Amino acid sequence: MSDNTNTNTHTHEHPGYGLYILVWAGLVGLTTITVALAGFNLASLTVVVAMAIAVIKSLLVTNYFMHVRTDSAVFKIFIFVCLAIFLTMIVLTFFDLTYRFPLK
Amino acid sequence: MSNEAAVAHVHRDDEGSKMGMWLFLFTELLLFGGMFILYASYRFMYPDNFKVAAMRLDTLIGAVNTILLLTSSLTVVLAITALRRNQKTFSLYLLGFTVVAGGAFLVNKFFEWSAKIHHGIYPKGPEMANLSDGENVFYGLYYVMTGLHALHIIVGLAFIIFMMVFIARGKQTGDNCQKLENAGLYWHLVDIIWIFLFPLFYLIH
Amino acid sequence: MDNVSYLDYKGKHKGLLGWILSTDHKRIAVLYLVSLIAFFLVAMTFGFLMRLEMLTPGKTIIDPQTYNALFTLHGVIMIFLFIIPGIPAVFGNFFLPIMLGAKDVSFPRLNLLSWYFYIGGAALVLISLFTGGGPIDTGWTFYVPYSLRTQTNVSLAVFAAFVLGFSSILTGLNFIVTIHRTRCPGMGWFKMPLFAWGLYSTAWIQVLATPVIGITLLLIILERFFGVGIFDPALGGDPLLYQHLFWIYSHPAVYIMILPAMGLVSEIIPTFSKKDIFGYGPIAMSSLAIAFLGYLVWGHHMFSSGISDTSRAIFSFLTFIVAIPTGIKVFNWVATLYKASIDARAPFWFVVAFIIIFSIGGLTGLVLGSLNTDIHLTDTYFVVAHFHYVMFGGMGLLFFGGLHYWFPKMFGKMYNEKIAKLGTLIFVIGFNGLYFPMFIMGYLGMPRRYYDYLPQYQIYHVISTIGSWVLIIGILILVFNLLKALLSKSNTTTELNPWGGTTLEWTVPTPPPLENFDVIPTVTHGPYYRPNLIKPEKSH
Repeated sequence: MSDNTNTNTHTHEHPGYGLYILVWAGLVGLTTITVALAGFNLASLTVVVAMAIAVIKSLLVTNYFMHVRTDSAVFKIFIFVCLAIFLTMIVLTFFDLTYRFPLK
Repeated sequence: MSNEAAVAHVHRDDEGSKMGMWLFLFTELLLFGGMFILYASYRFMYPDNFKVAAMRLDTLIGAVNTILLLTSSLTVVLAITALRRNQKTFSLYLLGFTVVAGGAFLVNKFFEWSAKIHHGIYPKGPEMANLSDGENVFYGLYYVMTGLHALHIIVGLAFIIFMMVFIARGKQTGDNCQKLENAGLYWHLVDIIWIFLFPLFYLIH
Repeated sequence: MDNVSYLDYKGKHKGLLGWILSTDHKRIAVLYLVSLIAFFLVAMTFGFLMRLEMLTPGKTIIDPQTYNALFTLHGVIMIFLFIIPGIPAVFGNFFLPIMLGAKDVSFPRLNLLSWYFYIGGAALVLISLFTGGGPIDTGWTFYVPYSLRTQTNVSLAVFAAFVLGFSSILTGLNFIVTIHRTRCPGMGWFKMPLFAWGLYSTAWIQVLATPVIGITLLLIILERFFGVGIFDPALGGDPLLYQHLFWIYSHPAVYIMILPAMGLVSEIIPTFSKKDIFGYGPIAMSSLAIAFLGYLVWGHHMFSSGISDTSRAIFSFLTFIVAIPTGIKVFNWVATLYKASIDARAPFWFVVAFIIIFSIGGLTGLVLGSLNTDIHLTDTYFVVAHFHYVMFGGMGLLFFGGLHYWFPKMFGKMYNEKIAKLGTLIFVIGFNGLYFPMFIMGYLGMPRRYYDYLPQYQIYHVISTIGSWVLIIGILILVFNLLKALLSKSNTTTELNPWGGTTLEWTVPTPPPLENFDVIPTVTHGPYYRPNLIKPEKSH
């Protein structure tokens, strides 16, 4: 870990307009799909599918629009730590809720 | 003879600046994170009420706003690319589009809220007494989360307008545009939060 | 010209403006030091008045509503204005860049902004006392639904805490980037002083946990002003979720309070033991481990609030795990002292007192972390005693310890060590006199935050109140001893290294010049390496 030495990390190629427009098209496509799926009754899968699509969309935005894909590893570790702690908060809260309000 | 201002700018650390911005984004993420925990918890407690309440939100407005934000995010990255290629004017046009799209998002949000308030659905509003506990909480979360998000849109727009001034005055250029990059990161985060708010409030019913 | 100390430096602004507009990390640290001590003395006075009221059953000096306001304000000011910013804002700001071999933190202007948020938040707390419904009476935890119903000035006080949260976040953010980006050549992660590891772990809690309380406090304000139904049970809300969110921050926050203090202990011990620290790696890693585990245990504040049995068992189990990294630290410190030629100067006394007091606090924490005993002890004086043993005995004691350790370097003045040692001794005696009886009366059933009590508890209350007087005498001796040294002209010192420390701050002039280093140093050894005093030289 010597991230204080690589002061200039702008050595990688900057992607052109084309890639970004392609990613945007993907994002719009996924939005259309998630809206269309909301019309169907997927029962208990509704939340799962909608959240899965949202996760894919946010991965596209972070990796391409926010350049995490080409950033140095330290940023990936940071994001992982942040998300891990957030998930921990949710999971531990639900240990209370799921046993306090058992599903009928 | 050195002075304090000079000490702070001995050398430019773009990587450090970006790191600071990311850490700030994490705080924003967890600010909304607290709300997402509440949303998940209340949805778990009142699954049926939440579905009923979500029916009353307009999916079309939500979808249009999603497309507006995604497109405004695209134009921000394109603007950065343009600036790196020294296409200053093009870059400014692209950022201008972002500002217009962000503004349109807010206008939509305004009409959406107005319609709800017109129907008496707002905290302490006349219609709320007829609603179940779960619906009450749903609309409480709806107003707070979309309101807080709209506030972030306003801050993000201000951030981008400042960057446009900087670009116009040549303070942000192709080789020195970390501030613009940071503004972009902030705008994309606001976008990501909406990517989750949209299905949670408008689609899951 | 180049080596003018940061104290005498003449910048763009003169006089007071030269301080409150300075972005120099050392001047900002001194700004924090002055404001923190002021608020500490205010909150200490509130604590003194509370103890005085408890001297006799029934009314002694103040009425019940004032008592409720006093314990709330004592908590709010001590926690949000003293122990949370505490060591990072003062000693972190002053010494982190120097210890890393840097000229300043990564974002000097943000650093100054963070002090303004601190002062702004403090001003709001003070304004909240005299406006609206008067001083808040909710306790520092602001629990709903009472905080939604009380007529006192909750909204403003809670907003003040929100602003103070910003100050804390900015400090943490700044330190993370500073540690990642400005270490001098040769200083790898495992050549950093352990104080930096403590601050790094703390900073991650500041950045990731503080926003959660920020939004929670905002929701209280929104509920009070607009009647948004989120926590209010009358509108379908669940007050337990408020407690969850509150403790999701406030439990990790106790590690914001204690981790920097532990880092400081890891600095002071090797300096006065005259040898390398034992177990550098485990101490550094246990800081990170405490920071992470700290996120997993918040439910132990809610054992008797009605959360599910399953989650109570899980939270209790996880709570016991936190004791492991803390134990690792204590054992490594003690192992460093083993067979060392200890030079028991004034700062070292604080560390010895800390290890004993903190161990009592930590072990009584296990009693509270265990479900069945907690049901008996929850919301009694036992909890108050435990909390003060770990927080005041931890961060509070080490705040004074750090001040005595670095005072000569910060101000170029030497204090009277004999008086400092005497003050420490009186401090420790008073401390135990004040808080130890609380363990006993809590065990016997005396509830916390009560204005009145049954006569059978009086003996403990009397001992405790007398202890508070002794403790305050000890604190005043320490403070006046330092003030006297600061104001007198005779005891100026320019000695680089009065204690024989090995970290980089002892290589810069006393007091340090504006940019700390003329030439950025290059590090080749670990922070506590002593070539002449340890075993046969290893090849490096």
